Amino acid sequence: MSSDVRFTDFKSDKQPTWCPGCGDFGTMNGMMKALAETGNDPDNTFVVAGIGCSGKIGTYMHSYALHGVHGRALPVGTGVKMARPDIEVMVAGGDGDGYSIGAGHFVHAVRRNVDMSYVVMDNRIYGLTKGQASPTSRSDFETSTTPEGPKQPPVNPLALALASGASFIAQSFASDALRHQEIIQEAIEHDGFGFVNVFSPCVTFNDVDTYDYFRDNLVDLQDEGHDPNDYEAAKEVILDSDKEYQGVMYQDENSVPYHEKHGVTEDMSEIPDGAPDDAMDLVREFY
Amino acid sequence: MAEDLNWAVGGEAGDGIDSTGKIFAQALARAGRHVFTSKDFASRIRGGYTAYKIRTSVEEVQSVVDRLDILVALTQRTIDENLDELHDGSAIIYDGERSWEAEIPDEMTAVDVPLKSLAEDAGGAIMRNIVALGAACEITDFDVEYLDEALEKRFGGKGSQIVENNKEAARLGQEYVAENYDLDHLGYSVETTDNDYVLLNGNEAIGMGAIAAGCRFYAGYPITPATSIMEYLTGRIEDYGGHVVQAEDELSAINMALGGARAGARAMTATSGAGIDLMTETFGLVATSETPLVIADVQRSGPSTGMPTKQEQGDLNMALYGGHGEVPRFVITPTSITECFWKTVEAFNLAEKYQTPVFLVSDLAMSVTEQTFPPEAFDMDDVEIDRGKLVDDDEEVDEWLDAQGHFRAHAVTDDGVSPRAIPGTADGAHMSTGLEHDELGRRTEDQDERVQQVDKRYRKVETAQEQEDWDYREFGDEDADNLIISWGSNEGALVEALEYLEEDGIDVRVISVPYIFPRPDLSEEIEAADDVIVVECNATGQFADLIEHDVLTRVKRINKYTGVRFKADELAEQITEQLSAEVPA
Ligand SMILES: Cc1ncc(C[n+]2csc(CCOP(=O)(O)OP(=O)(O)O)c2C)c(N)n1
Ligand code: SF4
Repeated sequence: MSSDVRFTDFKSDKQPTWCPGCGDFGTMNGMMKALAETGNDPDNTFVVAGIGCSGKIGTYMHSYALHGVHGRALPVGTGVKMARPDIEVMVAGGDGDGYSIGAGHFVHAVRRNVDMSYVVMDNRIYGLTKGQASPTSRSDFETSTTPEGPKQPPVNPLALALASGASFIAQSFASDALRHQEIIQEAIEHDGFGFVNVFSPCVTFNDVDTYDYFRDNLVDLQDEGHDPNDYEAAKEVILDSDKEYQGVMYQDENSVPYHEKHGVTEDMSEIPDGAPDDAMDLVREFY
Repeated sequence: MAEDLNWAVGGEAGDGIDSTGKIFAQALARAGRHVFTSKDFASRIRGGYTAYKIRTSVEEVQSVVDRLDILVALTQRTIDENLDELHDGSAIIYDGERSWEAEIPDEMTAVDVPLKSLAEDAGGAIMRNIVALGAACEITDFDVEYLDEALEKRFGGKGSQIVENNKEAARLGQEYVAENYDLDHLGYSVETTDNDYVLLNGNEAIGMGAIAAGCRFYAGYPITPATSIMEYLTGRIEDYGGHVVQAEDELSAINMALGGARAGARAMTATSGAGIDLMTETFGLVATSETPLVIADVQRSGPSTGMPTKQEQGDLNMALYGGHGEVPRFVITPTSITECFWKTVEAFNLAEKYQTPVFLVSDLAMSVTEQTFPPEAFDMDDVEIDRGKLVDDDEEVDEWLDAQGHFRAHAVTDDGVSPRAIPGTADGAHMSTGLEHDELGRRTEDQDERVQQVDKRYRKVETAQEQEDWDYREFGDEDADNLIISWGSNEGALVEALEYLEEDGIDVRVISVPYIFPRPDLSEEIEAADDVIVVECNATGQFADLIEHDVLTRVKRINKYTGVRFKADELAEQITEQLSAEVPA
């Protein structure tokens, strides 16, 4: 790990094809800066991306990376971390990717508490498929597939995480660059599953959850004197559907990441040239 | 033919049938006898008939037969279900004191043993099956010391008192029969030898092969009959620095395994039935991201939930063609329990050498059948590891950087195989994706690059076709006019069927194929034969279709899809029948 890593080292030379003004630009910049700031470099970092406009992030960043199938990024990240506890793992995707098709994996990744960070670019819409309702869309939000709105309440991803036993729950806003970066950094540094829901506006398909909307409504928990180690206080802000918060809502101080709990500490990429020395014992067991 | 003894214990699921059978099988193996076991079980945990059958001989046995000499019956149903296989000389051990009145045909020998009360005398009713084993020892003139050894192995971990009680239970059963019955006229005795055999099933062999081959990460979701691979690895792989994750579903399992593999570990997942369908989504990703991954499919009877506890070889087409788009993959089908071990080792090597998914297609019959082998059959010194083009030091990586210093993880090469850098390798950072991509792994829709990458991925198969031995195993008379072709677990029954056919003066050549893709070219063998019969446990003849496609000629087929594996005598009969039948038009 070299100390002279700059955040631009995490940038690939592919030009993003995101719409000008898309929140994902800010989200990505914060991720790259946070990775560099926490002492990582592209050769020891693995980024797993989902599918969606958000998932393209893996293409625009430079590191070891896998851009997989829709909704399954978290299991891939889990596998990478199991095999290589020495590698920094970051998983990224959208609200559809994470809370719809991947919702099952989300719940279980959270409860496993694998030591990785998970950044969800929540634009409350399906961007890549051109504007259908997502699980975080408001119940009256009109889209091509829900002309009268989804008529069902949105998922509260923070509450879902809390109920699944999360050890770190945070929310940030792509355009509040400094705070966003800080929060991602905290997620990376957290010993366990660092979950950050990022308000990352879609300027093309969502004219409700806009930059202006978030700017006007965002409440920073730091300003409120919120104590993230206080579970009850966390519960209150997470379940408060009247306000949009940013900051670290909850952090379990005693969090023990999966690999430590299960003694998964070896670099599994190194194996003997032949069968292990004592492998005949495996056969003798069947006597 | 070997002097066999065929023994079974049957009752309700939950009666401890499995462990009773296993203890007896282990005792026989310890006595240096060959053992072949089979299980009849229903898809429920409690209730429902279940039986554990053992065929044992001093000579090698590798198939089930329609014959039962000694039956431990815990229920009437056990007797009814096996009437076909029982014969005049069969002895049936049962407990007349229990609430059921056994209806046993007069020709057979009823051995009424108060299993429950003798077990209680020894320390607990739960040991009534062990009392029955003692009784069986007496009938077969089999030294109970071997049973004692098996009991020590089984219960040793639970303390010496438990072991002693079980030994006592066996002794009481033995004595009871000795005192109350004279069964010498039945003529049963089991000869012992000095041989040391190990007794294991196909799934255990796959798990053992995986550890031997350096697999350190396994992710899976429980499903019959694949689960026992995960159960084997859990608790053992940790000793080698590995780990097993029970994922939330198969979509997750295969993606976790993929993550482990991309991180540089030898990784694996295994499933069956519906699970393989769920994994199909990710096959293409494994192939296009060029990730070395071993995916085992322990076939069970389908479609849909089908018959989860029954045998079938119905997933061949799925393994070959499953998934959207066209993706190269290797499909390997072990033909015996030892092959389950060796082909697993080979699967890991092929996966890494060609950076591609490898399907290891086994089946239920192999997974639940235990068989004895000399330990040398699994000689760990013969395990070779080939990690392929894994680049690590700076120099190797440098060779594969483009002018801008980017690592060409999907470089287009003559043999189709690119260098592989795993996380932590300096300057090796790169992206891989399920999207069509260029040499750097970045998305492309450029027509030339698309064609280059598709061709490159298929070129790996061509290279492998040239460089590896896609051979087959052969039995019987090499010059015979009759050729039988089989894949997967049918081999053992076929080998034994040869003996029956020989008695009838019919010569056959048997070819048992462990590779479906790529597969050996059998055109010469087929041309040289008059009659060609393909044997498989499915209704449509999926392998026969492939063979016909390869050689452009019709073949005869023997298909069984009852849910039960082939038996040697039954196969011999069907082969004889087919030999005189017309070739399909
Ligand atoms: C199995 C599967 N189903 C559907 C799709 C099509 N699809 C691609 S992205 C997407 C939704 C993405 O929404 P979100 O995760 O919110 O990301 P965004 O594009 O808004 O960043 C869908 C449905 C797919 N790629 N795979
Ligand atoms: S469609 Fe929306 S989410 Fe996608 S790139 Fe454009 S602005 Fe961003």
